[in-house]
Amino acid sequence: MPGMTLTEKILAAHAGRERVVPGEFVLAKVDLVLGNDVTAPIAIREFESIGVDTVFAKDRIALVQSHYVPNKDIKSAEQAKVMREFARRHQIDLFWEVGRAGVDHAILPQEGLVVPGDAVVGADSHTCTYGALGCFSTGIGSTDLAAAMATGECWLMVPKTLRFVLTGQRRPYVSGKDIILYIIGMIGVDGALYRSMEYTGSAVADLEMHDRFTIANMAIEAGAKNGVFAADAKTRAYCDGRAKREPVYLEADADAEYEKVYEIDVSQIGLQVAFPHLPENARPVGEARGIRIDQVFIGSCTNGWIEDLRVAAEILRGRQVHGDVRAIVIPPTREIYQQALREGLLEVFVEAGAAVGPPTCGPCLGGHMGVLAAGEKAVATSNRNFVGRMGHKDSAVYLAGPAVAAASAVAGEIASPEDL
Amino acid sequence: MAGRAHKYGDHIDTDIIIAARYLVTADADELAQHCMEDGDAEFAKRVRPGDYIVAGENFGCGSSREHAPIAIKASGIACVVAKSFARIFCRNSINIGLPILICPEAVDGTAMGDELEVALAAGRVRNVTRDREFQAQPFPAFMLEIVEAGGLIPFTRARLQKAGARE
Repeated sequence: MPGMTLTEKILAAHAGRERVVPGEFVLAKVDLVLGNDVTAPIAIREFESIGVDTVFAKDRIALVQSHYVPNKDIKSAEQAKVMREFARRHQIDLFWEVGRAGVDHAILPQEGLVVPGDAVVGADSHTCTYGALGCFSTGIGSTDLAAAMATGECWLMVPKTLRFVLTGQRRPYVSGKDIILYIIGMIGVDGALYRSMEYTGSAVADLEMHDRFTIANMAIEAGAKNGVFAADAKTRAYCDGRAKREPVYLEADADAEYEKVYEIDVSQIGLQVAFPHLPENARPVGEARGIRIDQVFIGSCTNGWIEDLRVAAEILRGRQVHGDVRAIVIPPTREIYQQALREGLLEVFVEAGAAVGPPTCGPCLGGHMGVLAAGEKAVATSNRNFVGRMGHKDSAVYLAGPAVAAASAVAGEIASPEDL
Repeated sequence: MAGRAHKYGDHIDTDIIIAARYLVTADADELAQHCMEDGDAEFAKRVRPGDYIVAGENFGCGSSREHAPIAIKASGIACVVAKSFARIFCRNSINIGLPILICPEAVDGTAMGDELEVALAAGRVRNVTRDREFQAQPFPAFMLEIVEAGGLIPFTRARLQKAGARE
């Protein structure tokens, strides 16, 4: 009998089972469930039709005003109100209101609310971000969220696992974003459909937590159920003094079964840009060089980490955003905002002519705070470049890491830092 | 019952199915008015109750927004037949009772506007226009249980009642 992958181990532990195998269905007990101002209103309606009086645990449900906040119009204000009133009615401990709120996937790890060994589900497709911590986390829908809020359980199919063995030394400026764009370019937007993406290899130790969050965040962009890194010394350091619950450190068995193993030498990966309109259209930045742009967005659950803002600020320091470009920088949480303030990064952005916004998902999904008009092109550090993703259906989004985004803001066209 | 096929390619994402600018409402009929808007602006005007969406690989990729299957269901679509489904869209459809079938042969054998008949329980897709019949992949037993219960909410309600009380 073969061993188990990391994902199989976590799911077995949460299903009360010795072992699980790919393809079987389990009702897993979850450690935390997440909803936001877009997905929770439908979940709340469904929850109320189940016929239970209370949620399964008021300290295990996280509700974050994240997407259309501060509210952009009356309808979004009504949705935020539905979630706010539900949180009050059920005395939800983990509720973030504007001012303390921001991008859900940046808040939960930062607050130590997701820890290694957890099983987490969230009504937001980028819930897979937390796999960076060595937990199982995946996106679900609103009805799933309703059921999970009532029962503390979620039905899941145990996924097959793809193993990505990363080796080699990264080149300058190459970040987690470039690695994941390269991988999605290689396997396609359904290259990991229903599967788990498990990362290992000598280059993983060299990846900082923010790089791992970025890589896990975009698992869904390859169709995956989750992306996961076994916890190591960096994970432990991240969790020390932060984790609100006791972490459980697990790793895959040496004889675990993988559907496929990809070996990737990260020294071969340069700065990447994903062309419209799919994340799989990743190419070396050189192939995008010279494409005129109208907007740059630096932020989101993919690349709004303080380290990303530092990279962008280093490039923008003493330079000016090109006159034909609107540059928008959005720190995803209050803490990252404060840290950027203390380090003088926000001063650098504003001095360069960038607009700094309050924590929100904002322009990533074409919600507000930077919507594109017909024919406009943007470079974004977010995760999706679908048709109409950031605004008009005839606009175009190029995905990149913070280095390319900041350099492009200065150049007025897609550029790498070396071009400046 | 026969309905017309609305045919699409691979990787139809949830931003196409329902653009984020409409996520400020959870009203099914309002969402239906904007279904497929950025990919097929005529869909909402053209679709009739009992019609089918027929699509390629990875249908519903992207966001977890349940507004996507809700918009399709409220458009009157009787079933989505695709080569494969993105996982969150798949579970959302099962959970809310939007019928879906995986049947690559039917997708390849169907053109925009063809008349189809779908026998859901049997998983059979008949193309009336071309007089061909296709067999879809069967659902796993666990998912069938949810479908047969009428969706995840009735399924959960029944489980909770059976358990008597929550642990």
